[in-house]
Amino acid sequence: MAAVTETAAPTTAGPQGLRAARQDARYHRGVARWLVLAGAVVVALAMLAPFVIMVLNAVKSPAEYSQNGPLSLPSHLYLDGVLNFWDRVDFPVKLWNSFFISAVVAVVGTFISLLNAYAIGIGRIKGRLWIVMLFLLANMLPQEALIYPLFDMARQVGLSNSQWSVIIIFTVIQSAFGTYLLASVLGTFPPALLEAAALDGAGRWRILWNVVFPIVRPTLGVLMIFFFIWTWNEFFIPLVMLTTNDTQTIPIALASLQGDRMMDAPTTNAGSLISLLPALIFFLVFQRTLTRGVTAGAVK
Amino acid sequence: MSAPVVTRARRRWPAWLPYLPYLIPGAVLFVVVIGYPLLTNVYISLYSWRGGLAPLEWVGFGNYAELWQDSAFWTSFQNSVAMIIAMVVVPTLIGLVLAAVLFDYLGRRFGGRAAAVLRATYYVPQILPVAVAGVLWNWILNSQTGALNVILRGIGIENPPNWLGSTSTALPSVMLVLIWVQIGYPVVIFMAALQRVDPELYEAAELDGAGWWRRFGAITIPQIRPETFVVTLTCTVAALKVFGPIYVLTRGGPESSTLVPSYYSYLNFFDKSRVGYGAAVATVLTVVIILVAAVILSLQARAERREEVGH
Repeated sequence: MAAVTETAAPTTAGPQGLRAARQDARYHRGVARWLVLAGAVVVALAMLAPFVIMVLNAVKSPAEYSQNGPLSLPSHLYLDGVLNFWDRVDFPVKLWNSFFISAVVAVVGTFISLLNAYAIGIGRIKGRLWIVMLFLLANMLPQEALIYPLFDMARQVGLSNSQWSVIIIFTVIQSAFGTYLLASVLGTFPPALLEAAALDGAGRWRILWNVVFPIVRPTLGVLMIFFFIWTWNEFFIPLVMLTTNDTQTIPIALASLQGDRMMDAPTTNAGSLISLLPALIFFLVFQRTLTRGVTAGAVK
Repeated sequence: MSAPVVTRARRRWPAWLPYLPYLIPGAVLFVVVIGYPLLTNVYISLYSWRGGLAPLEWVGFGNYAELWQDSAFWTSFQNSVAMIIAMVVVPTLIGLVLAAVLFDYLGRRFGGRAAAVLRATYYVPQILPVAVAGVLWNWILNSQTGALNVILRGIGIENPPNWLGSTSTALPSVMLVLIWVQIGYPVVIFMAALQRVDPELYEAAELDGAGWWRRFGAITIPQIRPETFVVTLTCTVAALKVFGPIYVLTRGGPESSTLVPSYYSYLNFFDKSRVGYGAAVATVLTVVIILVAAVILSLQARAERREEVGH
């Protein structure tokens, strides 16, 4: 069979022959492909089922829930769950806290990553391999191995229950990963560009902002989105460091209401729904950039 | 090479020295937030300490000796194996098949759009705060009022299991939630990896009469091995560190059946006020993570070497 296609390849019939073979395969698997599609769709539905249940029960009254169960469509829009949760956790404050912490970490973390990577990838600092290893290691550490000393340090410098302690910690943790990624990107930066700029008399600071920065800006953008979403989703360190209502982030606020008597089915579901929405919206807005970024991170 | 570069190299200082200032802010922050706390944590682990202003009492390796005898400590690491199964083994295997099916089968028969929509659906749990997803699941799996048991009673099952509340079902339930959270990540990475693979390889194999599973084993898996290593490494580290889902789903219970090392150290730090002991747990966890990561990285290096020899 292979020999036949090889001899056929040079003639114009080649591509058509290939297409015919593929259509042949399609014809044979006419039923199979629908079965495979059904399987993939079933997996997709299983992934979505918790969300569907959540949305259905976020706007269903407790009475209706106990009567008709979780799968019925709500007969009318019951908004007490949403309002309960919104008031109880003072949602706008939590939303701002999450946004403020994540945004500052994203911007400052990316900036620090760029400075580090400039020294490592372009400056080719001595011992850079070890430095990169150290940063990579920092990214793998369990946060429990840092938390108590950090907690104590924050208390000593008057930053206990302060969002700035969380911001500083995550800036460092995120930029450890950012340095690792950006250093390898800048390691392959075209030297001709740097030399041309140096010939024009540009100093290192100007080269960084006028030559390097514009070229790596797309990568920095992806990094910033990642830092934002990772910090937004963080749980352990904010749980320990932020102890009062006015400083906490969304995930902590929701988790700390667990077991509370007011958390009936609609309130729990409405709370989950409202808490998921910002991340979901952010994902939809940046979906393209993100999937590109996931890939970039994987191939290194 | 241009002239100024040469003259700069002839100076007494090495060429990299002027770049050092760029590293200083990052290095200082790194030492303050990672280096110093990490070493302090090891130091604390050698003391008995109730935290805060209480005095530190030197116990040497006493905390570690106690860990050795502590059944909860061993249980927590046993459960880490379960976390690795749920967050690495199962998602990677299912992810490989799903990615290959989407890319090489459904993508070609129903178009790239269908594959992209399915992929995005699998990925949704990955983008949400895992603690929030955990709160949702906690309610779904609640024995009395949770959606799952209400449905089960509705179809006539009298006594549905107390999913998160009984020792026999809690760990499997947590594992299922983690598989649900995790599965999208390998699918996305592997599908991106498959785009790298030369389509002619598949076409040639198909013309040679190789069925889908043959192509999967002979082309897909070997071609995306680098990504498989990256996924294995990052997910294994994440599985060893897992905290949020345990905190919101079970708090390590019932009877330590879902206890994990990170939660055990948290418990000692902030609940039992046994700070030195918690620091010892965290230190052991750190060492285990570094060792496991080193093993995976060396396996990867060896696989790459073998591949080079093979060619």
